Amino acid sequence: MSATVRPELRRFWRRRRDRPPAAPLHLMMVPAVVVVAIFAYLPMYGATMAFQYFDPALGLFGRQLWVGWDNFRYVFSLPNFGNVIVNTFVISAWKIVLGLALPVGVALLLNEMGSVPVKRTVQSVIYMPHFLSWVILGGIFLVILSPTSGMVNSALSWLGIEPIFFLGSNDWFRFTVITTHLWKEVGWGTIIYLAALTGIDENLYAAASIDGASRLQQSRYVTLPGISHVIVLLGVLSLGQALQAGFDQIFNLYSPVVYETGDIIGTFVYRVGLLEAQYSVAAAVGLFQSVVSLVLISVSYWLAVRYADYRIF
Amino acid sequence: MGTQALAEARAGSPRRLRKRVGPGRIAFQAGNYTLMALYAAVCLIPLLHILAVSFSTGAAATANLVGLWPVGFNTKAYEFVATRVEFLRSVGVSFLRLGAALPVYMVFNCITAYALSKREKLFPWRTAYIWFLFVTMLFNGGLIPTFFVVLKMGLINNFWSLLLPLLPTQVFNVILLLNFFRRVPVELEEAAFIDGAGHLQILWRVYLPVSTAAIATISLFVLVFHWNEWFFGLIYLNDPRKFPLATYLRTILIDLTSVDLDYADQDFFRFITDENSKAAQIFIGMVPILLVYPFLQRYFTKGLVLGAVKG
Repeated sequence: MSATVRPELRRFWRRRRDRPPAAPLHLMMVPAVVVVAIFAYLPMYGATMAFQYFDPALGLFGRQLWVGWDNFRYVFSLPNFGNVIVNTFVISAWKIVLGLALPVGVALLLNEMGSVPVKRTVQSVIYMPHFLSWVILGGIFLVILSPTSGMVNSALSWLGIEPIFFLGSNDWFRFTVITTHLWKEVGWGTIIYLAALTGIDENLYAAASIDGASRLQQSRYVTLPGISHVIVLLGVLSLGQALQAGFDQIFNLYSPVVYETGDIIGTFVYRVGLLEAQYSVAAAVGLFQSVVSLVLISVSYWLAVRYADYRIF
Repeated sequence: MGTQALAEARAGSPRRLRKRVGPGRIAFQAGNYTLMALYAAVCLIPLLHILAVSFSTGAAATANLVGLWPVGFNTKAYEFVATRVEFLRSVGVSFLRLGAALPVYMVFNCITAYALSKREKLFPWRTAYIWFLFVTMLFNGGLIPTFFVVLKMGLINNFWSLLLPLLPTQVFNVILLLNFFRRVPVELEEAAFIDGAGHLQILWRVYLPVSTAAIATISLFVLVFHWNEWFFGLIYLNDPRKFPLATYLRTILIDLTSVDLDYADQDFFRFITDENSKAAQIFIGMVPILLVYPFLQRYFTKGLVLGAVKG
């Protein structure tokens, strides 16, 4: 039907005055433009407080005292700020690397499961932690990781291992943060690989099988190349998260005892800015993080568009 | 010969060719199933443990006797929690928040994505608008300046501070949705225009009916996000009575410094220290997520994957 209507429509469409008006479209953009201008662009302007001695009594648009780079110099001279930077990078690096590798492995293993109901059940269970908040999970992990009454340490003592203070020891805190993050997100991470796996042409396996490829070789030469574009894409995009060590998680798991190994930029900004009320200093750290993230995210998108055929919009 | 077998494989069931069941394969599968079962168990055990604690006696919970099965089964913790005003009120705030977030966020997402899905010829400003929104995904002013903007807008200690300042996070969903909308055939839309339909009618009658999966997915994600979100309640609300459940739970489970001391009666300290009532509240906090989870699961594979990997 459309084939017969189309030429007519095209002719109609060509006449500009008959085209639907653009004005309602501008009107539809008003909420988005207003909301984004106020709650995203105004804070960008507000970030100039990093170069001021910000007095909240004068407000956001008041005539604040301009101090140049003093806040940055002050922060970088703090003895524990080096720790904060190192913690952020170390924790996010581990999370990125393992968060990329483990879901690939689990997806390959799930893909080998012949029984569809069993596979579906496992999938349902391992996706679920992703949807629980770190407040709930923080509450749960505080209970089960407790050195005196937690079930994990009960199990360890049963194996003859001394109780471990997972959340209260600088030797263990990073390990605990990384492990609990993986517990929450690895299952969810498999979903995109499983979708890519269903796109692999079955004939390729048939051909490989005829050529005498073992199951392992089929995985190596058919399955992996079939999903490699997704791995590359996610790897590149995860670069943009190198400074996102997981504020929600660490904020709900850490305590002053483990600041040395667990304090990250996000938690540092919160404490310095909102608890100690050193607004300009915190804004300076926040701006530093935003600028580094901007560079990383831009590079990651550029790489993804250039090398992984990624299109954002 | 190879091509002949390949042709056969194409015609018949190619899967059959893959299945050569030897002892190695059986051993691998046994190991694989065991490993996956263990992984699933590791995901479930913490949740089951909390559920078991919430139904056990207080003494058993404190003495660490509870594993995955309640010891001395009772529902006292739930009965007790149900009498606490501060808990019930935070649940109410959370539902109010969901009720407000769903229409506000979805109308916002749909009209924005609709306008931006138009082709350049129809909407020449499209690219400029998209970049205006997209820049906010690359760069943000940071926590402290945002806090002062919210303060300036008079939203501190206001229910709407939980909704309006978080709307810019929807740019990602807008882009997801506009990519969906772009696949609606142009002919459908042109025909509707010729019949005299306006933009809103086209959005409502043409775009939304063909994008139900995407709309459902994004709606569910908005609901889950607002149920779980706890941080902005903590910083934008001064009055603990206005806290949504997630923020309230943080105060009793993790950080007691901002609990509402108006309720510091005799029962109160038992309430916040008692392992059973904590467990019961954790579990109640998870229930809505567990309830929508089956629906989520039906949609998210499609929605997420289509949005995330194109081409």
